[in-house]
Amino acid sequence: MVNRSLIVNGTVKSISLIALITLLLIMVSPFAIITFNAFKTEDELYAHGPLSLPQSLNFKNLRETWARVDYTTKLWNSLVISTAVAFLAIGVSLFNAYALGIGRVKGKAFLLVFFILAITLPQEVLAYPLYYFFKSVGLYNTRLAVILVFTVLHASYGTYLLTSVFSVFTRELIDAAMIDGCNKMQLLFRIVVPLSMPSLSVLFVFFFIWTWNEFFLPLVFLVSNAKQTVPLAAAVFQTQHETLLTPQSASAFLGVLPCIIFFILFQRTLTKGITVGAIK
Amino acid sequence: MAHKISSLSKGYVVFLLPGVFAFLLLIVFPFLANIGLSFTKWSGIGKPIWIGLANYDKAMGDSSFWASFKNNLLLIVAMTIIPTIIGLFLATFLFDYIVDKFGQGVSSFFRAGFYLPQIIPLVVAAIVWRWIYQPNWGALNGLLKSLGLDSLTRAWLGDHSTAMYAVMGMMVWFQIGYPLVIFMAALQRVDPELYEAAALDGASWLQKFFYITIHLIRPEIYVVVLTTAIHALKIFAPIYAMTRGGPGKATIVASYFSYQNFFERSNVGYGATIATVLTIIIILLTTVFIIVQTRREQ
Repeated sequence: MVNRSLIVNGTVKSISLIALITLLLIMVSPFAIITFNAFKTEDELYAHGPLSLPQSLNFKNLRETWARVDYTTKLWNSLVISTAVAFLAIGVSLFNAYALGIGRVKGKAFLLVFFILAITLPQEVLAYPLYYFFKSVGLYNTRLAVILVFTVLHASYGTYLLTSVFSVFTRELIDAAMIDGCNKMQLLFRIVVPLSMPSLSVLFVFFFIWTWNEFFLPLVFLVSNAKQTVPLAAAVFQTQHETLLTPQSASAFLGVLPCIIFFILFQRTLTKGITVGAIK
Repeated sequence: MAHKISSLSKGYVVFLLPGVFAFLLLIVFPFLANIGLSFTKWSGIGKPIWIGLANYDKAMGDSSFWASFKNNLLLIVAMTIIPTIIGLFLATFLFDYIVDKFGQGVSSFFRAGFYLPQIIPLVVAAIVWRWIYQPNWGALNGLLKSLGLDSLTRAWLGDHSTAMYAVMGMMVWFQIGYPLVIFMAALQRVDPELYEAAALDGASWLQKFFYITIHLIRPEIYVVVLTTAIHALKIFAPIYAMTRGGPGKATIVASYFSYQNFFERSNVGYGATIATVLTIIIILLTTVFIIVQTRREQ
């Protein structure tokens, strides 16, 4: 009897593991397919179909696609825009949250509602007036336009999150620092910032990756090839080269690659951050 | 003392100035301008002509407008309902069973694997799947052929009857990791003694799942449902990259429909109307959710 239940248990155990592995394989197979076909030539695809492994590790297709989309420029654009937004949005959030969470200025609740509403707004509702505005001030088709908009949008989230972090700071510490003759700038940069470093680093990673992944507003504001970002380039490439199948696969692969690197680099911060964000 | 603290709290307003100025210039003002434009007819050049509620009137009788919001509802099914349900079962399974039988490492490994699609830009995910759905050389048809199911092969995104389901399939794949990660973190809050007590009372696995797990991680379920439903209403990139709303109106969604009016058809006023309606729906949804949630917490 004991033996039999052990066997049943063992079978359940292996079946559940096999089911999970199958599910996982389905989840990762799109990545595998794109990777295989990025390393194939067109002839290889036509001869062996999309599911076969590449015959050899042939970088020719990737190299040509890299040159064709001018991937170096796109990487640079994405890097500049995302880094600038991450730093600027942290700065704006920090100042806002300092006034709201620690300074507790009048109208705090009212302002917070505004920031929360800004997070939920669809970007379509801002797109045309911003497009018109940027055209009239000469910022259309510049990286700066995208940087400015995402700084403000992401800072809305940052303000909301940091305000709740700062609200629970002990008053004694702040009062003591003020009585010791700290001015408001010193209080912010010598006490508040060092103490909230964990939250700031989570926000930095969030802002960087969110900006990297944005599509709609960069599509509207960045028309010229030289200004476009990595996700935008992937979308433009596939509409311009409808029939080039393995190069399309290579361009998708190049779109995925940086994100895999970020994931490996930032994994700890991200998992920590996602759960923090959910509870707040 | 109260006087002292209030005097210390003065002078913080200056820190708000840059943020609030930028916020007014780049969010509040464009938002109000967009609402204003929704009452006009404008091609983007010259002066907008005031037409009152005519755009809203037009929308009510426009089949593309209704098709858009119907497809947004289908996206809520694909991005909120299905992933939340799968995420709940998968999270409980990984947290209870897999950790117990195979250890924390194996469980974390699976969690990371299921989360993988979430780390790439949605538009890139859409391009990957467009490749899979490609009629002649795509992986899905390739797989069906290799299984001898040639009769099932089709142009998944080009066929009126399958295009929206193909988009939805991609979105389910993309979304599953998000509820999974949040629910697994939530489960760590649940006191294992509750399960032991329930087991002693003879509760089945399903009973424990419904009466303890779901009940206790309700705040996280609310957050996931609200954020993913908002996300589903805002969807743009996959439609742009996979179907451009077609074939016909089969996959049109609100944001893509407004984009078309803004930038392809020069119907700026009508585009602004669609964007405004979308915004109202999202704000209503958020408000209702927050009210329901605060009531239940009390």
